[in-house]
Amino acid sequence: MLRDAMDQAKLAGATLHNFHGGLQLRHNKRISCELPIERAAPAERFYVPLLQQSGQEAQPIVAAGQHVLKGEAIGCVEHLGSGYLHAPTSGTVSAIGTHPISHPSGFDGRCVVIEPDGLNQWTELHPVDNWQQADPDVLRQAIRSAGIVGLGGAVFPTAHKVDEASRRGIHTLILNGAECEPYISCDEMLMREQPASIILGARILQRAVGARRTVIAIEDQMGAVHQALQHALRESAAAEIDIVKVTTIYPEGGEKQLIQVLTGLEVPSGGRPTDLGLLCQNVATATAVARAVTEGKPLVERIVTVTGSGVRRPRNLLTPIGTPISVLVEQSGGYADDAARLVLGGPMMGYALASDDNPVIKAANCILVLSSDEIRPPQPEMPCIRCGECARVCPAVLQPQQLQWTVRHGLWDETVSAGLADCIECGCCDFVCPSHIPLVEWFRHGKSELRRLEAERLAADSARQRFEAREARLDRLKQDRRRRMEEKKRALGDGQEKQKRIADAIERARSRRQENP
Amino acid sequence: MFTAVILFTVLGSLLGLGLGWAAQKFRVETDPVVDRIDALLPQTQCGQCDYPGCRPYAEAIASGEAPINQCPPGGEAGVRALADLLGLEPLPLNPDNGQEQPRRVAVIDESACIGCTLCIQACPVDAILGAAKRMHTVIEAECTGCDLCLPPCPVDCIAMVPRQSPWVWPQPGQNARLAASANVRTAQAGGG
Repeated sequence: MLRDAMDQAKLAGATLHNFHGGLQLRHNKRISCELPIERAAPAERFYVPLLQQSGQEAQPIVAAGQHVLKGEAIGCVEHLGSGYLHAPTSGTVSAIGTHPISHPSGFDGRCVVIEPDGLNQWTELHPVDNWQQADPDVLRQAIRSAGIVGLGGAVFPTAHKVDEASRRGIHTLILNGAECEPYISCDEMLMREQPASIILGARILQRAVGARRTVIAIEDQMGAVHQALQHALRESAAAEIDIVKVTTIYPEGGEKQLIQVLTGLEVPSGGRPTDLGLLCQNVATATAVARAVTEGKPLVERIVTVTGSGVRRPRNLLTPIGTPISVLVEQSGGYADDAARLVLGGPMMGYALASDDNPVIKAANCILVLSSDEIRPPQPEMPCIRCGECARVCPAVLQPQQLQWTVRHGLWDETVSAGLADCIECGCCDFVCPSHIPLVEWFRHGKSELRRLEAERLAADSARQRFEAREARLDRLKQDRRRRMEEKKRALGDGQEKQKRIADAIERARSRRQENP
Repeated sequence: MFTAVILFTVLGSLLGLGLGWAAQKFRVETDPVVDRIDALLPQTQCGQCDYPGCRPYAEAIASGEAPINQCPPGGEAGVRALADLLGLEPLPLNPDNGQEQPRRVAVIDESACIGCTLCIQACPVDAILGAAKRMHTVIEAECTGCDLCLPPCPVDCIAMVPRQSPWVWPQPGQNARLAASANVRTAQAGGG
């Protein structure tokens, strides 16, 4: 059975399939595709948040006052071996302090603050010589030390994914260029302008994980992209790479949905694409890999789409991590008069930001500025009428109406068995709900509540173990003490002998006292 | 008829022996009910329930010796979970055992610590590190916030501070600062 699935997965892209649900959305990408990608204007100060992804904060490995060069490691993340955080420019670390960070909590977080010296000077770079012949281990190590994470939005450490893929063995690499969320166009522009680096990244990744072929998936509405990639492909003469156009139905660019479209197979619940012999990476991640291996440059910048009718000149900007969002908005012509809401990410999965002081993080694919008439007016939430629309559009084939009920009432066991972990937070259910129930927000709440409960359970288990180990140790010590007492008693003997020994001991003590009064 | 009686006697005694052997061989050492109760207790090991740790309290509950409302760290939610498990009516927390409070962690004022090791001996989960006449410190991740290190400290250098709980995505409508989802009107269904 599993073998059959593997064989079927090998044909990825040969025929296209459908996934359950999804929505046809207005694309709204063209407005940000009219200007070429430009380098973001240098910021006066960079704020590199130590928390770049959900989970663990990086440990700073620089001190205030220290001079750093661009690309120098400034933080170390232990979580899943995601490697390092690097300085986006050369300059002086002026502080490691709190600053608003781009996080849905809206809280401040610790940031490494860098005052640029204006030279933008790279640190010593260590590219991999002749990657075509290099050991795959060396390539994976280069990916790890470059601090590369998935740039599609999930920011999962690429090194971890690649290591797992190479350990388990995969046959096909899928490069995800199906950027499905409305407004976002950073991947589209990247594929249009730098197709060669994507092809190069694909070939390096293929070697690093031992895949035999690569499928680059793009949306069928991206006309210029297909030509650009075809052209780059012909030039590189890489025969093992195919470009596949997939139908534009949101969210076909989700990892599991894309795999289903390309292979007709579902990634099992709780499983990984590697179960089917596949590895899925975003196209921008492939470019970052190419840069890390052939130039030795760590991930210090990414392309960010600045768009929405709240900015005057929507565009894509190559932005150093840590650049304040206000710099990008400024470069995109500034806010339009009716700009009303600042969103990080797209309209379906993004979250609103409190301020444009927030810095760009590795996950920031899009800065969306909405004008007041683009925002859906807040609607009072009504009771669920069980119409089932949400289940019809759910790409993960869940029952959102049921899930929101279990999450709302804190029925965590039921929530887990109803498959909350498989929710990709795409927002389709939210969008179609006639009762305006904020379903995805409930699911995000539920997921983080479950994570908290799990952490508490682990802590309790650890406390139980430590308590039991301590009890066992105290008991052992008590036994030891009793045994020693008994041995002494036995050594003393009994009857007359015992009396004599005691008398002798008293006599010895008395004579010693008389000798040294 | 005689054969049948003999046959069944022999069969019965053989099966009986088999069962007896299996009962010895595969005996479950602990009472699984105790384990299930123990799994619901917060493992603070604070002794506020009047038993020397969570497991002894679990044993007392299982034997019907103790009521289920003596665990302040578990709180009302803990009492409800125990009531569900045991099919009992939930009771309000017994105020004699203490109040439910947020999770806390012990912090030693390291400049005042004289290195007497008394707190190390009192800690039920070995979460304090140090040696005689050397400064002691709390392993924060392992501290259950049980307060047991406070009374023995001769210089009163241990404080209980609230433990910073991880951020949890708020329930919809509870985050006044932000409307977390973008809620765009133009991303309407319908062609591109």
